[in-house]
Amino acid sequence: MSTTDPYAAEPRETTEGTVYTVTGGDWDALMDSVATDEHDDRIVINMGPQHPSTHGVLRLVLELEGETVTQARSVIGYLHTGIEKNCEYRTWTQGVTFVTRMDYLAPLFNEAAYCLGVEKLLEVEVPRRAQLIRVLLMEINRIGSHLVCLATGGMELGALTGMTAGFREREEVLHLLEYLTGLRMNHAYIRPGGLSQDLPEDWKSKVLDFVKVMHSRLPDYDKLLTGQPIWKQRLQGVGYLPVDGCLALGATGPILRSAGLPWDQRKVEPYSGYEEFEFEVPTETAGDCYARYLLRVAEMRESLRIIEQACEKIEPGPVMVPDRKIAWPAQLSIGSDGMGNSLEHVRKIMGQSMESLIHHFKLVTEGFHVPPGQVYSAVESPRGELGYHLVSDGGTRPVRVHVRDPSFVNLQCMPAMSEGGMVADVIAAVASIDPVMGGVDR
Amino acid sequence: MATSGGTSKDREEPTGGEQSSAEASGPATEEQRAAGGETPEAGEVEQAAETETAAAPEGGTRLSPTRERSGMFGVRGSGDTSGFGGLRLPGYAPAPAERPYGGWFDQLADDLAEALDERGVARSAVRQITIDRGEITFYVERERIAEVCRTLRDAPELRFELLSGVSGVDYTAPDGADVHQPLHVVYQLLSMTWRRRIRLEVALDPADPHLPSVVGVYPTADWHERETWDMFGVIFDGHPALTRILMPDDWAGHPQRKDYPLGGIPVEYKGAEIPPPDERRAYS
Repeated sequence: MSTTDPYAAEPRETTEGTVYTVTGGDWDALMDSVATDEHDDRIVINMGPQHPSTHGVLRLVLELEGETVTQARSVIGYLHTGIEKNCEYRTWTQGVTFVTRMDYLAPLFNEAAYCLGVEKLLEVEVPRRAQLIRVLLMEINRIGSHLVCLATGGMELGALTGMTAGFREREEVLHLLEYLTGLRMNHAYIRPGGLSQDLPEDWKSKVLDFVKVMHSRLPDYDKLLTGQPIWKQRLQGVGYLPVDGCLALGATGPILRSAGLPWDQRKVEPYSGYEEFEFEVPTETAGDCYARYLLRVAEMRESLRIIEQACEKIEPGPVMVPDRKIAWPAQLSIGSDGMGNSLEHVRKIMGQSMESLIHHFKLVTEGFHVPPGQVYSAVESPRGELGYHLVSDGGTRPVRVHVRDPSFVNLQCMPAMSEGGMVADVIAAVASIDPVMGGVDR
Repeated sequence: MATSGGTSKDREEPTGGEQSSAEASGPATEEQRAAGGETPEAGEVEQAAETETAAAPEGGTRLSPTRERSGMFGVRGSGDTSGFGGLRLPGYAPAPAERPYGGWFDQLADDLAEALDERGVARSAVRQITIDRGEITFYVERERIAEVCRTLRDAPELRFELLSGVSGVDYTAPDGADVHQPLHVVYQLLSMTWRRRIRLEVALDPADPHLPSVVGVYPTADWHERETWDMFGVIFDGHPALTRILMPDDWAGHPQRKDYPLGGIPVEYKGAEIPPPDERRAYS
């Protein structure tokens, strides 16, 4: 309803009543122009799916009375890509390239959880070096994911310096991951049976350099945000969800731990060798957005501890299971046309052994057979319990790949956190849930 | 459920109307509970399932009979033994576990049976127990799934506080073989008190894909059940608003069903035409 904007949508009649489009700065003019008997203080507004504060393509429908939210609903599905369905038409190994794209801020967690599930179905034990490298990569990834949460959450609440700082540090994470795995995101580095290839030779010095940088930069967040009065006022007592609410709504990860329950898959159901590592599970009891912020900063410190320990523990060894029926060749080299199998392997399959060629061809095109059955494998992703339900019928492709994505489940808490609060606090609540829509919609 | 079966078998029809409201399913659940209470099964949970098999063979201790592998070297209908005609494995039918299960599984099964007795739920609610790769699966009668969930949540020796997820699996055999009740709904439960995970599974007939909602027991099931409805067309009676969640509201069909096409198109690459993934030759 603006006379100044010639392109604004006209008011239109619907079964719910008249729908107006507000384009900014014209709220008072709209309210004056509408006869008072046509409206009360209750309005329904639509936020998103293209809105800078809704954390991705999330659409929020809010019913307001003045500034107070009386009902909140989230509408999802705008990023649905059918990954679960697509996995059913690819081999088990190819599935990794799909699942890594779900929760795109935590790709290595997707890969690890999926591969742990496939390995459970295959009943194989991954070599120790591969397990520890997985831990190392997951913790580096966790830092990167939490940094994005702080950065985008800061941006949504107006702390733009938090955003620039967060993305600056995340760039360090991405650079490191690119050096270690070959890609910044969507690595497809973890593979059923181990890893796609070994780490580069000077990985340890690069990782330790990164740890040093992070140790020097993390105190900046305390200076910038932790004690900052505006930040605290925006977050403290906002988005409150107690433990019973978390359990009823299925919330895990930082949301559950911010309410006081120290539930962390790495501790309670250790996988991939986490039982060997010394680290704390930070918890808070306030159950609000500020507690979740504090937890994420604390978890980054713990992740750095785990990374340092992993650097000590990783010893030379194979990164793929010895079973040639499962293991893709893990010795890769850079050729003229990009990364590929090592020259030694190519020489063997092309020039020396017909059986090796057949085997390689069958393994890559047909894939390996996974005994029939179903498993559920869960890891602690930065957002909570990331679970993969995998079903095999004995073939080379999954019957079903279902992902219990923590963002999907945690986003259900949004109404419980926001109803009764202010509109601006909805943004803080959603930012503290840290949903990644790629994971929510899959 | 039986009371609402006739109204929304049409997969295209959106639910959320009377057929999936609590009023429709409530009395029916009461009826079943009463019926179950009148004829309690005496034996162990798994034995109850066996006696039921004798009475009603299609109920089955095994949810589906074992199916045979076909294609490739056992190929029928063509002279092709190369495998390019498509090696098709049968759908998967899990075998029931036998006592002793080992670990905490025996205790859990006993505790569940006793807790069901205490709450007046017939032990036959659990049709089969399968243990595979260190995970236990209870195959539950569809009418009793909500009561079994409530028992699992509330009984102090069970205490499954968290429902990790609900999803569907379509076990329709790729070779078109007849599979008894191929549509499965899977519940992943977690007991934080005892640090245990179990799985519940309900088998459904695609022609009558109704089962009670567990939202009243686990509110987190809300979105999970909506997703399962969206993707598999399973109707959760008693769900507060069973609408599509990932697909658009006016979408037709349920994409995760095995008979739903991927919708890919052939792609030309270096002169050769590559068919879409679901039309490529399959080895499995």
